[in-house]
Amino acid sequence: MSGPRLVRLSESIVEIVSDAGEGAQKAAVSFAQVCAKAGNGLWTVEIIPSEIQPPPHTTGSASGNRIRLSEKSPVTNVGNLADVVLAFNEMALLSRYEAGTVADDALVLIDDQWAEHDIESYRKSYREVLEMVRKSGGTVIEVPLEKETLKHVDNPQRGKNMFAVGLLCALYNKDIEIAKEVIAGVFKKKKQIVIDTAVKLAVAGFQYGLENLETRFEVPAIPTDVPKVAMNGNTALAMGAVAAGFDLCSMYPITPATSASHVLSEIFEDFGGFVHQAEDEIAAIGVALGASYAGKTALTITSGPGMALKTEFQGLSVMTETPLVIVDVQRGGPSTGLPTKIEQGDLLHALYGTPGDAPKVVMAASTIEECYYILSVAKKIAEEFRMLVIVLSDANLATGQQLFTRPDVSKTPRRPPLDLSPVPEDTLPYDWDSQTGLSNRLIPGQPGGMGVITSLNHDRNGKACYDSERNQRGHQMRSRKLAALQQSLNPPAIHGEPEGDLLLVGWGSTKGAIEEAVDMAREEGISVSSINIQFLSPLPPGLKKIFSRFKKVMTVELNYSDDWDDPLITEESRRYGQLAWVLRAAVLMDIDCYAKVPGRPLMPVEILDEIKNQLNGKGGAVSGKEPIDEPQPATTNS
Amino acid sequence: MSSIIQECLDESCAIHSHTLEDYQSEIPRWCKGCGDHGVLASLQRVMRKNNVDPENVVTVSGIGCSSRLPHYLKTYGFHGIHGRALPISTGVRLARPDLKVIVTMGDGDCFSIGGNHWLHAVRYNINAVVLVLDNEIYALTKMQVSPTTPVGQRTNTTPRGSSLQPMNPIGVVVGMTNVSFVAQTATWLPAHLDETIERAWEHKGLSFVRILQRCPVFMPEAYGEGGLNFPVTFLENEDGIPIHPGLLKRGPAQAHNQRNIDQALSVAAKVDPAPMGLIYHNPDLPTYEEIRVQHAKRPDHETFINRLDNLMDRYAV
Repeated sequence: MSGPRLVRLSESIVEIVSDAGEGAQKAAVSFAQVCAKAGNGLWTVEIIPSEIQPPPHTTGSASGNRIRLSEKSPVTNVGNLADVVLAFNEMALLSRYEAGTVADDALVLIDDQWAEHDIESYRKSYREVLEMVRKSGGTVIEVPLEKETLKHVDNPQRGKNMFAVGLLCALYNKDIEIAKEVIAGVFKKKKQIVIDTAVKLAVAGFQYGLENLETRFEVPAIPTDVPKVAMNGNTALAMGAVAAGFDLCSMYPITPATSASHVLSEIFEDFGGFVHQAEDEIAAIGVALGASYAGKTALTITSGPGMALKTEFQGLSVMTETPLVIVDVQRGGPSTGLPTKIEQGDLLHALYGTPGDAPKVVMAASTIEECYYILSVAKKIAEEFRMLVIVLSDANLATGQQLFTRPDVSKTPRRPPLDLSPVPEDTLPYDWDSQTGLSNRLIPGQPGGMGVITSLNHDRNGKACYDSERNQRGHQMRSRKLAALQQSLNPPAIHGEPEGDLLLVGWGSTKGAIEEAVDMAREEGISVSSINIQFLSPLPPGLKKIFSRFKKVMTVELNYSDDWDDPLITEESRRYGQLAWVLRAAVLMDIDCYAKVPGRPLMPVEILDEIKNQLNGKGGAVSGKEPIDEPQPATTNS
Repeated sequence: MSSIIQECLDESCAIHSHTLEDYQSEIPRWCKGCGDHGVLASLQRVMRKNNVDPENVVTVSGIGCSSRLPHYLKTYGFHGIHGRALPISTGVRLARPDLKVIVTMGDGDCFSIGGNHWLHAVRYNINAVVLVLDNEIYALTKMQVSPTTPVGQRTNTTPRGSSLQPMNPIGVVVGMTNVSFVAQTATWLPAHLDETIERAWEHKGLSFVRILQRCPVFMPEAYGEGGLNFPVTFLENEDGIPIHPGLLKRGPAQAHNQRNIDQALSVAAKVDPAPMGLIYHNPDLPTYEEIRVQHAKRPDHETFINRLDNLMDRYAV
């Protein structure tokens, strides 16, 4: 052996998986921080089961993280197939192959304890899975993860993950001193002995890696003077809510939205706000609406099932023109669906879910960085237009980490105190401007402004009325606000050329993967461009003009759509992806969709494949192969 | 000091003294003989007596006949949606502890569709006067069975007579953790109603008042045809609701210590005769808004920026 080989890469994707509770998540978060501190561009995605303690040693128990690290920043999406997998057992590893996220020639590091384990079925499945990996072209390195960890601690369940951090630092040629700092930070609330043990294990893993890995990688970071931060989208939402000047977050626990409230609960009171955990989703929005009516700005954070419960209050916000911001961190649906995984299936619900005609603003964050800024915009629109603003995020943004330019908090606007000055006795609660529908709102405490706001149809006086003329007028005034807002929006920026063979249209967090796919295609000489729609209601101006310069327009979305090849599917019966549905109605053009629901973010390569299929005239075929119901492998707690 | 002298003093000395008209808005559109009229008048009298600035009062309601009350009271009013008056009120109090909040709901509104909010609002103990106008029927939707409808009552959804025992809402509230004020009164006892709302107004915390009243259109037989034939017991205590001698024609008085939760639970369990007066009172419990707001003090702009910047350091790489 002529010493280890150091291979230089511009980027690499590594997945770290264990049984739930074995700490692969913590290992991955720690390693991601090491990479971030080294200056690497970064995007991470959680691999997370829906249960806290699923049966161990099954594919369903796999828990961990995918990290895409790059020499460049920002990284805008999860990337393609994983180059490296570090697995604590073969079932966790198998789950990644089943998810179709691992490259054929991947490097697999796996704990070797299962090779000679007491349980025969484990030995067997370990052999079989490793054989499968090798057959498909992968390289397997068996690592004595458990054995080495046992040299330092009695319970390897609590420590293997730190050994793994050290091993990854060796594999990616990272500075172990940075890892020590990071680990001390990760365990800062624990006793010193816990920190010392964790550091010792990481150093042991690092040492093992240096001595035993024949090939090691280096993903150098391009140096930059721009200060950066790394956080997940829910943290960015929480920080953004504080910066935007919100006073109250009223919520009810729901995956994957809740962690934003965890962050807010910890920090909000230092800024004069607080989190109210209500008795249910309905009360959560009701409390926010009441606070907003009384003059403070409030938001509520939820996910799909919670959105469903909030619809009546959404209507009340619209009808009474009480400003309100709702954040919907989307997950897979319908019903409980895939609570920890991504889908974009709440778009139509956000737009049209409220009974009655209920015009409202719907906007979406497309990156973790945008999660920070979007609430300032949402709050401003809600207050200036007296409107309900729904902000859509998703499970990918919520739990993924991204490195982005540190926001300049010194620009946070000063907030004026509540204006409770008297108004003339005849001031109307809905003094609509007949052009724009806009009106000034009265705040309780303002002398002269006493009057009722009601969920019933009402006139400019706020009085309930039932006649057709004033019903028509009320609808018109509430609707015109959207048209007025649309006037202030810019047409979406086009990624690529403003004309060509194919235009991809996306919204939300698929932006990075779509643009990366477009870049790859354009390098191959394919005439394709893309846009990302930030405002879903009102839609931005200029869409029809943009669409008309392309031979074909197609949405790319994490939603279900019938495949053209499916039995019974015709032009009349096909259900399109939700964005395609909206756009077809808005521009009266034939817009196709590449829509599927894999429960994970889209990879640029799969979009690239679809681009090629489309231009070869074979598009739209989303693989809908029937899953095979395989017997679950033996578990220890059957 | 007698109230007449006090009123004369108010009118001659105070510049901001309010008249009843200051609290009157539209002419109510309730049916003739509806108890809601009495509750509205009583509220207006209590507000005038306390000389409240109407702009500092928010009246919140749900949906139903009684929930139209904010339209007829000249304060800030929020006529919301069915069952959800209490979450809105909680939001108002959390945002603006300087505002006085009145909540009016019906029996279906509070005990049925808003049941979860009702229980939790009692536990939060927000500072609000919460009036449930209980006529034992869904009236605005035209006579459906409500949680308090007597067993056997024919309604449009129980044409052969309602089959379930009615709920005892007083028992539910007194059994709820953190309860601080529970009273029961009736619209056919106007002086008792005034005194009860007055005591509820003075209490710091959630004052839960169940007001018994009949619906002259759909439930005229409620409560023994509006009290004519309805057995009651008046709870007597020097800190409770005064029992004017005329009331004793309606039912006997019974000594009761409303500060004692065991006595209150025992009284709350009885429905026949119905206990009238202050059933439970604990004036010393902190309100939810006091608890929450004390930790959340908005810093000046510079401190705000510095804190946000320090927070950002946590995520700096």
